[in-house]
Amino acid sequence: MSEARIDINTAASATIDTALAGQGGVRDFIALLKPRVMSLVVFTAVVALFASPVMPHPVIAVTAILCIAIGAGAAGALNMWYDADIDQVMSRTRGRPIPAGLVDPSEALAFGLILSVFSVVVLGLATNWLAAGLLGFTIFFYAVIYTMWLKRATPQNIVIGGAAGAFPPIVAWAAATGTVTIEPIILFLIIFFWTPPHFWALALVRSGDYARAGVPMLPVVAGPDETRRQIFLYSLILVPLGIAPVVLGFAGWLYLAVSVSLGVVFLALAGRLFMGRGDAVGPVARRLFAFSIVYLFALYAALLVERLVGLPPIEVASMHLPLHLPGIFA
Amino acid sequence: MEEKGIVLTEEQKRRRRTRSIAIGVALAALVLLFYLITIVRLGPGVMDRAL
Repeated sequence: MSEARIDINTAASATIDTALAGQGGVRDFIALLKPRVMSLVVFTAVVALFASPVMPHPVIAVTAILCIAIGAGAAGALNMWYDADIDQVMSRTRGRPIPAGLVDPSEALAFGLILSVFSVVVLGLATNWLAAGLLGFTIFFYAVIYTMWLKRATPQNIVIGGAAGAFPPIVAWAAATGTVTIEPIILFLIIFFWTPPHFWALALVRSGDYARAGVPMLPVVAGPDETRRQIFLYSLILVPLGIAPVVLGFAGWLYLAVSVSLGVVFLALAGRLFMGRGDAVGPVARRLFAFSIVYLFALYAALLVERLVGLPPIEVASMHLPLHLPGIFA
Repeated sequence: MEEKGIVLTEEQKRRRRTRSIAIGVALAALVLLFYLITIVRLGPGVMDRAL
C-alpha cells in the first residue's frame, strides 16, 4: 500500500537519554509488562478456561493463566523495546520506562526474551505442547509480525496485529482440553473483529500523535471519514459474531440478552460516528472507545456467569450443530 | 578512604535492593509452583521410581 509510506525520520531521530538506565525499580519492570493489556488477556483466558468442557486441576489452571499472562507481558516488553523510538514522540507513551530513560533497552530485551521462553516452557510442562506452541506463536505474532513489521508498514496494522490480543482464549482452551474447537475460535473472532473499531475510535482522537511518530494508523493515511466507514463496517461483522455463541449452542439466555442489547448500542454508536458531522467526531469516538471496552467485558462476563451459576446453553432446535466439534488440532 | 569506581546514590541502592527482593520472591514462588505442578501431574507416581 503506497499510501502507507510515511516518513518515519521524526521517530528515528528521537534519542533516548539513558543516563539513568539500569536504575529502574520493580515498578518500571512491571510497567514493561503492560499490566492493563495483561488484565484483558487474563480475563478472556479465564473465561475460556471456565467455558471449556474440561476444567483442569486448580493448580494447573492457575499455572496456565499465569503463563498466558507472563507470555502476554513478555510480548509487551519486546514491543516496548522495539518501539522505544516512536514511544518517545507520542504523548501517550512518552512516560514508558525506556523512553523515560529508567530501563536500558538491552535490559528490556533480555527481560522480554527470558519471560517468553519461561512462559512457553512452563505452560508446555504443566499442560500440553499444543497450548505452549500457541502461546509461543502469539508472542512471536505480537512482537515480530505486528510490532516489527505491520505497525510501521500498513494502515491495516491493528486489524492483523489484533489477532495477537485475540489468541489468549484459544491458548487457555487448548491448555484445558488439549485441542482447539469451534468455541474458542468464535471467542477469538469476537476479539479479532472488536479490535479495529476499538483502536480506530481511539486513533481518531489521537491521530496527531500517530502522525508525529510516523505510525501509519488508518486516520493518518486514509483520513477520518474512511476510518469512520471502516469502524462501522467492522461493527456490522462484530455484533452478529457476538451473538454467534448462542447460535452455536454454547451460551444461554443471559448471554443472548447481553450480546443483543449491547450489540444494538454498539451499532448505534458506530452508526452515529459514521453518519455524524466532522466536528462531532471526537466526543462520539471517545464514547465508542469507552463503550467498546464495556461491550467486550460484558460479553465475556456473561459467559463466565452462566458457567459459574450453571445456566444451560440455549438449544437451537432448528440447527443440529454438535456442541463440541471435533478438535482441529486433536 | 574515598570509594573508587561508580558510587551509587541512596536512591539507586534502594532500587537495587527492591529489585533483589523481587527476584528472590519470584524464585521462591517458582520453587513452590514447580513443587505443586509436580505433585498434581505425577501424584503418587512421584514415589514410583527405581531405587
